[in-house]
Amino acid sequence: MTATETMNAPHEQQTLFFDDGTQTRLTKFLGWFSIGLGVAEVVAPRMIARISGTRDHGALIRAYGLREIAVGAGILTKQDPGPWLWARVAGDVVDLASLAGGSRRGGRIATAGAIAAVAGVTALDIISAQRETSPERAVPKAAHDTERAEASVVIRRSPDECYQYWRDEENFPRFVSEVRSVQRTGGKKSHWAAGFEGSTHTIEWDSETNEDPAQRRITWQTLPESRIYISGAATFEPAPGNRGTIVRVQMDFDHPGRTLTSPASRMLGKHPEQILYKSLRRLKQLLEVGEVITTEGQPAGRRGSTTWLDKIAR
Amino acid sequence: MRANCWQGKKKMQVEQVPDPKLINSQDCIVKITSTAICGSDLHLYNGFVPTMEEGDIVGHEFMGEVVETGREVKNLKVGDRVVVPFPISCGKCFFCTQGMFSLCENSNPNAWLAEKMWGHSPAGLFGYSHLLGGFAGGQAEYARVPFADVGPIKIENGFTDEQVLFLSDIFPTGYMAAEACDIKPGDTIAVWGCGPVGQFAMKSAFMLGAERVIGIDRFPERLRMAREKVGAETLNYEDVDVLEALHEMTGGVGPDACIDSAGMEAHAPGLLGAYDRVKQALMLETDRPIALRQAMVAVRNGGILSIAGVYGGMLDKLPFGSVMNRSITIKTGQTHVQRYLKPLMQRIENGEIDPSFVVTHTMSLDQAPHAYQMFNDKQDECIKVVLKP
Repeated sequence: MTATETMNAPHEQQTLFFDDGTQTRLTKFLGWFSIGLGVAEVVAPRMIARISGTRDHGALIRAYGLREIAVGAGILTKQDPGPWLWARVAGDVVDLASLAGGSRRGGRIATAGAIAAVAGVTALDIISAQRETSPERAVPKAAHDTERAEASVVIRRSPDECYQYWRDEENFPRFVSEVRSVQRTGGKKSHWAAGFEGSTHTIEWDSETNEDPAQRRITWQTLPESRIYISGAATFEPAPGNRGTIVRVQMDFDHPGRTLTSPASRMLGKHPEQILYKSLRRLKQLLEVGEVITTEGQPAGRRGSTTWLDKIAR
Repeated sequence: MRANCWQGKKKMQVEQVPDPKLINSQDCIVKITSTAICGSDLHLYNGFVPTMEEGDIVGHEFMGEVVETGREVKNLKVGDRVVVPFPISCGKCFFCTQGMFSLCENSNPNAWLAEKMWGHSPAGLFGYSHLLGGFAGGQAEYARVPFADVGPIKIENGFTDEQVLFLSDIFPTGYMAAEACDIKPGDTIAVWGCGPVGQFAMKSAFMLGAERVIGIDRFPERLRMAREKVGAETLNYEDVDVLEALHEMTGGVGPDACIDSAGMEAHAPGLLGAYDRVKQALMLETDRPIALRQAMVAVRNGGILSIAGVYGGMLDKLPFGSVMNRSITIKTGQTHVQRYLKPLMQRIENGEIDPSFVVTHTMSLDQAPHAYQMFNDKQDECIKVVLKP
């Protein structure tokens, strides 16, 4: 062993965390860990359930296994593993929630162990995800590089009716679940407050709406002093065959943190494009049948009337 | 109230849950007098329908008395006796106005999830997974019924529950399957699965003018019901090679139309059955399309394949070359129940059919878990269970 190698040895060990190559060793480790755990979950879900002290949810555990494999493959093969690592973090949260709620009788100790283990891995995931998405590693983005979301829906109402409903900003909380309140503040201006269900965090901004004289298009944009940037356009054109109106919405947005557009938000059904599309479906319900259909508040043989799946779906 | 809840694979439990309340202004609350277990509920029971969650109240064939109505409900009032269709339909969207009620665009609050799985979303259904809305079902003392003006049919003619209850699902389902066969005088119709839907499909095929109806199953009591109550000829697939037998019975031509009322958990003796069981267990396929494959190749050239049995996902080894090269038409879908309520009620009133012939067991709601097990294992010659809350 040469002197250089000896000196390098401790450094080598540390590279698990601090390599400056295209991917850190920790990232690679997490990628392979994902695939290994995923394969185990798909092949032997009962064993996984036994080890973690949970009820025997074969199908669910297999689905989690497929998720692990997909995320692992993403981490190992993509040039930018950052989003995939955040997806791991999101997966960890799902796993932890499942463990916390899924312990079988007599499995509490095993579950506690499993939770501790997952929590440990979660910490590694967060460290790695933060490193991979840190500003120094990020590809420089142009100033005001916005994201775009687009969605459309056919509504069995005339373009005029759809247009009139849309131009009243105060209607928005009825079909965009994330919008908490809108107040017209005079002229074309309005004040908006939004936040996710169950979160106390609210973000507020001021917006200006512009209509066209033909009543087929509405555009809006946040005022310059707002913390976030949103500009959007909605068009209302007659659908062929007298089937109502095609409502098309396009939004460009930018916001601090960019957490909204992470793969994790997409997995949870809360990516802005998903929110936009689901909102349009609810708008369709309001205009066609006068209300938004829900199961919130119905009875069930469990604590809540709805489940995590409903929350993702809606 | 008491309600039958899905608590996992092969685990139903009658639990004390809160009474349902009006949620949307077009809802009504029904106090249930009779509710049935459907063959498709067995797919839930056996864990083959994805997105079921522990604690889901199941059941989609129910009837009873209206005890509360939302402020927008106009056609129903407290005290009305109603049968409730299993699809939830708004009555106002494009599909509802075309009579395709089970494709309602506005009744599945989880439509986005269904779109991810199937491309587009069908209507919400009572008690049939979160993919189809996550609505609480009707194997309970009370149920909340959305769009109360659109679905429920008032029963004012004094028929018993058992005579009208099956308007909620299986009678229209069997009828729609037979109607899809576009039956002409002299036609021969073969039906895979002689469960309650199969019985109604066979009966409906005769009502629509079929000359011969052939029922295929393996349970002697079901075949007997098909012969004695419906007047069908029968084949036991454990005793004969079905394809050969149909070939022989039709002079080599094949039935003019074939109805699959077995669905995703079909059985077959021998290697083919084992193949699908293994693949399904390994999640390499979601459904066992054994009856479907047979029906596909059995039907005559240019004939119709009508599928009433429920399928969920990805099917394997379908002989599609046979379908394409022989000009086969495939018709299927969840039943547009609302479309059939009045015409089929008329047939009951005319005495053309008494749907209660399928009932073999009447039990209390509290016995639901036992009833599921019995129905699933075909014990005690069980064909149809009606539960009384």
